[in-house]
Amino acid sequence: MLGFQLLNGFTFAALLFVVASGFTLIFGLLRIVNLSHGALYLLGGYVALAVSGWTGQFAAGVLAAMAAVALAGLALDQGLLRFVRGYELRQVLLTVGVAFVLNDLALVVWGGDTFTVPTPEALTGATEVLGVFYPTFRLFVLAAGALVFMLLSLLIHRTRLGALIRAGVDDAEMVAATGIDIRRVFLGTFMLGSALAGLGGALGGAFLSLYPGADAEILVFSLAVVIIGGRGSLLGAALGALLIGLLNTFGQVWFPELAYFVVFGPMALLLAFRPFGLFGRPA
Amino acid sequence: MLSVEGLEARYGGARVLNGVTLDLRRGEVHAVLGRNGMGKTTLVRAVMGLSSPLVTAGEARLGDARLTGLPPHRVARLGVALVPQGRRLFPSLSVTEHLTLLKPAGARTGWTMERVFAAFPRLAERRKHRGGQLSGGERQMLAVGRALMADPTFLLMDEPSEGLAPVMVRALETVVAQLRAEGLGILLVEQNLYSALAVADRVSVLETGRVVHAASAAAVASDPGALTRFLGVH
Ligand SMILES: Nc1ncnc2c1ncn2[C@@H]1O[C@H](COP(=O)(O)OP(=O)(O)O)[C@@H](O)[C@H]1O
Ligand SMILES: [Mg+2]
Repeated sequence: MLGFQLLNGFTFAALLFVVASGFTLIFGLLRIVNLSHGALYLLGGYVALAVSGWTGQFAAGVLAAMAAVALAGLALDQGLLRFVRGYELRQVLLTVGVAFVLNDLALVVWGGDTFTVPTPEALTGATEVLGVFYPTFRLFVLAAGALVFMLLSLLIHRTRLGALIRAGVDDAEMVAATGIDIRRVFLGTFMLGSALAGLGGALGGAFLSLYPGADAEILVFSLAVVIIGGRGSLLGAALGALLIGLLNTFGQVWFPELAYFVVFGPMALLLAFRPFGLFGRPA
Repeated sequence: MLSVEGLEARYGGARVLNGVTLDLRRGEVHAVLGRNGMGKTTLVRAVMGLSSPLVTAGEARLGDARLTGLPPHRVARLGVALVPQGRRLFPSLSVTEHLTLLKPAGARTGWTMERVFAAFPRLAERRKHRGGQLSGGERQMLAVGRALMADPTFLLMDEPSEGLAPVMVRALETVVAQLRAEGLGILLVEQNLYSALAVADRVSVLETGRVVHAASAAAVASDPGALTRFLGVH
């Protein structure tokens, strides 16, 4: 039973990490609190549902979700956010508006039903780990989360683009003064962060399920992860996701009527001592 | 030649530059002096094209090219580099990463990482360290090295000696003199008259956003009294 709950916590954490890593990249570099990140997640889930339905290929659905949501991010950044650059409140309100519009669109296209993205044969059924039989697809999500963490870490810490992103998180103005078109780095990061929301939607759509409102739930959890981890920190997002994933799972088991408090209480406590999160720095 | 003509700039409602005119030739050091809050940093930021202050009149030009209105990376690519007040290194980047942000490590033209390390051997020893782990002098050297990697023809240095030990200030003066000898034009913002005089060819004094006094360094050196009246006690 404990093993089962631990695995539930870890797998939910992996999904949260995928979604929140995109959120924190965008928040860290562009200083945009993208409250449409949850809607982008949901969009990714629906695209994965549609494309894996047509093609019969889960992988095609995942790739299509990432590509479609990256393009949605491109449109959002170049079509809307570009005009309110530097105005934080306007940016946030704009992303809230976009979230509503995307939700309504999804409601029109997919209706109010609950869907689950079909998973491939090889990932259905259960596998024995930690002495329990555990759904194979959830283990796959855990591996995918770990892989995303490794790939993003390599990108951020070992490549020149990663150095640009880190420098931009530190001081975007000085990056521009050094001769780099920081706007292109911003756009690339916005698309990457969106693609991660899309990937999260495809995985979450198979693992949890898709329904109107799923976006708000994942958004609230992602916000908590990023607040705990600190703005723009990948390692922070990973630890934050683990903490939230485990607290959420055990909170639901042990204190079902206090589940939200169990998640957000410790977050508030942490913020009292580390107002910028575990790895955050003041702007 | 880098020229600033009648530049006016404001932050929100507060006008800070009230028509600054000055120029900077290649191979010279032009010191801009002035007490705290007189608009020196604002001038440098406006020339660099940073998003604040807002330039409301006048312009900065580089030869025939108008700089005012261009985003900072375009200004940088035209050959103007900034060593900002307070260094503003990137805390998450190593020394090497600071220097390879713009050009890959293997770059062979203009300023290369090897050339910066040859000019500042201390940085070579610390190449794996992060910006935040360096001493004050090393930080300033890295800020200069980072700016040089853009192969500038003009360098804007905003109070580079601020907070440095006297021995480091001397080292910095040597660097400035070397860069001038290589043909760079350097706009050297300073509060300290004597540090500026050690390397400057010309001196302009900024007061409430205007150049109120301009002279050759030789003239100032022979009669410092004419300047100290603008700068307070030194
Ligand atoms: N970002 C800003 N917003 C509003 N006012 C500013 C800002 N930066 C500087 N100022 C004001 O502009 C004036 C000139 O500042 P600055 O150019 O930094 O002076 P200096 O570099 O000569 O010390 C000062 O009165 C300062 O308070
Ligand atoms: Mg200043």
